[in-house]
Amino acid sequence: MRFTWFNLMPWPYLPDDFRQTHRSVWVDIDSRLFDPAASHAVYNSYLDLLEYAGTLGFDGIGINEHHQNGYGIMPSPNLIAAALARRTSDAALVVLGNSIALYNPPIRVAEEFAMLDCISGGRLVAGFPVGTSMDTNYCYGQIPALTREKYQEAHDLILRAWRHPDPFAFNGRWTKLRHVNIWPRPIQQPNPPIHIPGGGSLETYDFCIDNTYSYSYLSFSGYIRAKALLQGYWDRVTARNAPDTSPYRAGFAQTICVAETDAEAERLYAEHVSYFYNRCLHVFPGFADAPGYRTIRTIQSGALSQYAPPTGGYASLTWKDLTEGGHVIAGSPETVRQRMEALIETLHVGNIFCIFQVGNMPADKCMYSTKLFAERVMPALRGFFPEHADDGRFWCKKLERRRAPGSLPDEAELRARLGIEAGSWN
Amino acid sequence: MELKTIQTLQVPVRYFEAGSGVPLVYLHGAFGLLAGDPFLDLLARHYHVFAPLLPGYGDSEECPGLRDMLDVTLHGWDVVDALGLADPILVGHSMGGMIAAEMAAVAPHQVSRLGLIAPCGLWLDQSPIPDLFSLMPYEYPRYLFHDEAMGTALMTSGLALDDWEWLKSFLVANARQLGMAGKILFPIPERGLSQRLPRIRARVVLVWGESDRFVPPAYGQAFQQKIAGAALVSIPEAGHMAIWEQPEQVLAALARL
Repeated sequence: MRFTWFNLMPWPYLPDDFRQTHRSVWVDIDSRLFDPAASHAVYNSYLDLLEYAGTLGFDGIGINEHHQNGYGIMPSPNLIAAALARRTSDAALVVLGNSIALYNPPIRVAEEFAMLDCISGGRLVAGFPVGTSMDTNYCYGQIPALTREKYQEAHDLILRAWRHPDPFAFNGRWTKLRHVNIWPRPIQQPNPPIHIPGGGSLETYDFCIDNTYSYSYLSFSGYIRAKALLQGYWDRVTARNAPDTSPYRAGFAQTICVAETDAEAERLYAEHVSYFYNRCLHVFPGFADAPGYRTIRTIQSGALSQYAPPTGGYASLTWKDLTEGGHVIAGSPETVRQRMEALIETLHVGNIFCIFQVGNMPADKCMYSTKLFAERVMPALRGFFPEHADDGRFWCKKLERRRAPGSLPDEAELRARLGIEAGSWN
Repeated sequence: MELKTIQTLQVPVRYFEAGSGVPLVYLHGAFGLLAGDPFLDLLARHYHVFAPLLPGYGDSEECPGLRDMLDVTLHGWDVVDALGLADPILVGHSMGGMIAAEMAAVAPHQVSRLGLIAPCGLWLDQSPIPDLFSLMPYEYPRYLFHDEAMGTALMTSGLALDDWEWLKSFLVANARQLGMAGKILFPIPERGLSQRLPRIRARVVLVWGESDRFVPPAYGQAFQQKIAGAALVSIPEAGHMAIWEQPEQVLAALARL
């Protein structure tokens, strides 16, 4: 099993009456709700938490890309990943990911991911989402019906740029480059492992299967409602004659809250979970799905009905609804362990993206929940899928010897080494 | 009104044909065309009307090869050629007006009469066009009609948003139609027409509903300034859907061509 501590980086100061007074948390969110001075503490606290998780035995720490979004103040995940590369030493840097259709030219992604891989010593797990319609179409102006074509071309260019050792010309429809020759190149050859976040598009299933990429379903509706969608994926894995059904071919995001007892979990976390489901997921429906963004095949498959918000929206869901319905896995370590086992078995997933930082949860509660999980839940879940324990195709391959940050010689040693007399340089 | 199919260079095209007399090609707006469209019926009483559906509209085949404005413009001419028409009256509404204007600009000697009813294709910062692609269906009437209540009745009859099967068919139609429209309208319905408009040599009538809240009347003046000799006819008590709200007056304006 591979556990990634994932931070969406929600803005924690949306007002109590946000739902009533604002139409959307995304795209046209009121910029006056963002307080740049307050964000200084927010960003640094979130970075601290990611670094903290990196010390507790999580396999990875994870981040993603959203634009003009009140629950994700991370338009550039690569900036965050660069900071994490320096302040963590062991955990994989799971960047889920860069919306590659939005970068012009897309070799920018090949370059930045290569830099991250080099700086971190081969710890990068690269994510290539098509991107949500809100981000890709409404915020970044991509034409919905052409987004997939552009994405596909960007993917082909990036992979070729990583793998091809010599300069080449790339004559794409969207990108034309005479001399592709990225520099630096990733440590992980031929390329870092690739995860593709998806939301039920059949095309994305096939794309992952055919390229040996891991398919990750990043939903907020929990594992019970995700069963049909991931079953669709596994059915497709079989139908397309993939050589195996390794659980590491799939990943799933789950909100998790751990306390000493079930009652304590509700007392500590209910308000923050409510903040997330009430305010952070308040998206104007007109921004949900630009016409043409999804293919006809996907709409007709009915996959979308399974992850449509519940009738009445998330706002009507209580703590009891959210925990019993599996949107949130919460409770004592024993409760959480049982439910995590159910998740892993139900969905057959080896990569879990664990969301502990929920809504406006303060750092202390988040640390408590994270630590309890790391010490009293995660070890008990490590034994799943022993037959696939050696499947390294979907995870990073770190350099054995990695240089620790801050390992310059001290100045006295340097003077001695260079034969510089004391006093000539203080 | 008969729905027929004609093969063009890239794709079979569905088109309505009715009436007799002077041939008139009518290009529909982003919401498409239905059999029994009252404006089309009215046109057919005076002209020999050909109203092709853009690929993906109605039951017509999609055409992935149409990606940008030039593709769509040339496809428009492919359709006229396939229909065997020479210098038909070219009329377009909204998105169709944008396409018709582009067609007249790239082939100024092939069209001598051009009717543009509230066309898209320009952008004025002081009069932004609403984002069609993020409007909810219940929001359409307020932008499209002078008489919002009547528009609501017209547009929401038959909506069954709680029924998944109905919703699926609605989403499919929307994805096909507005997905295609998005190639020339998303995210801003402007693809450089402004610098091409002066190439138009046709006699031009611009028709605008005075209460158009979708493509406001300021755009009528902007079009008029760019096309030598263009007439601008304003229609009272009509919005963007002037063709439904005041069809007789739109017809009368087009009769000046």
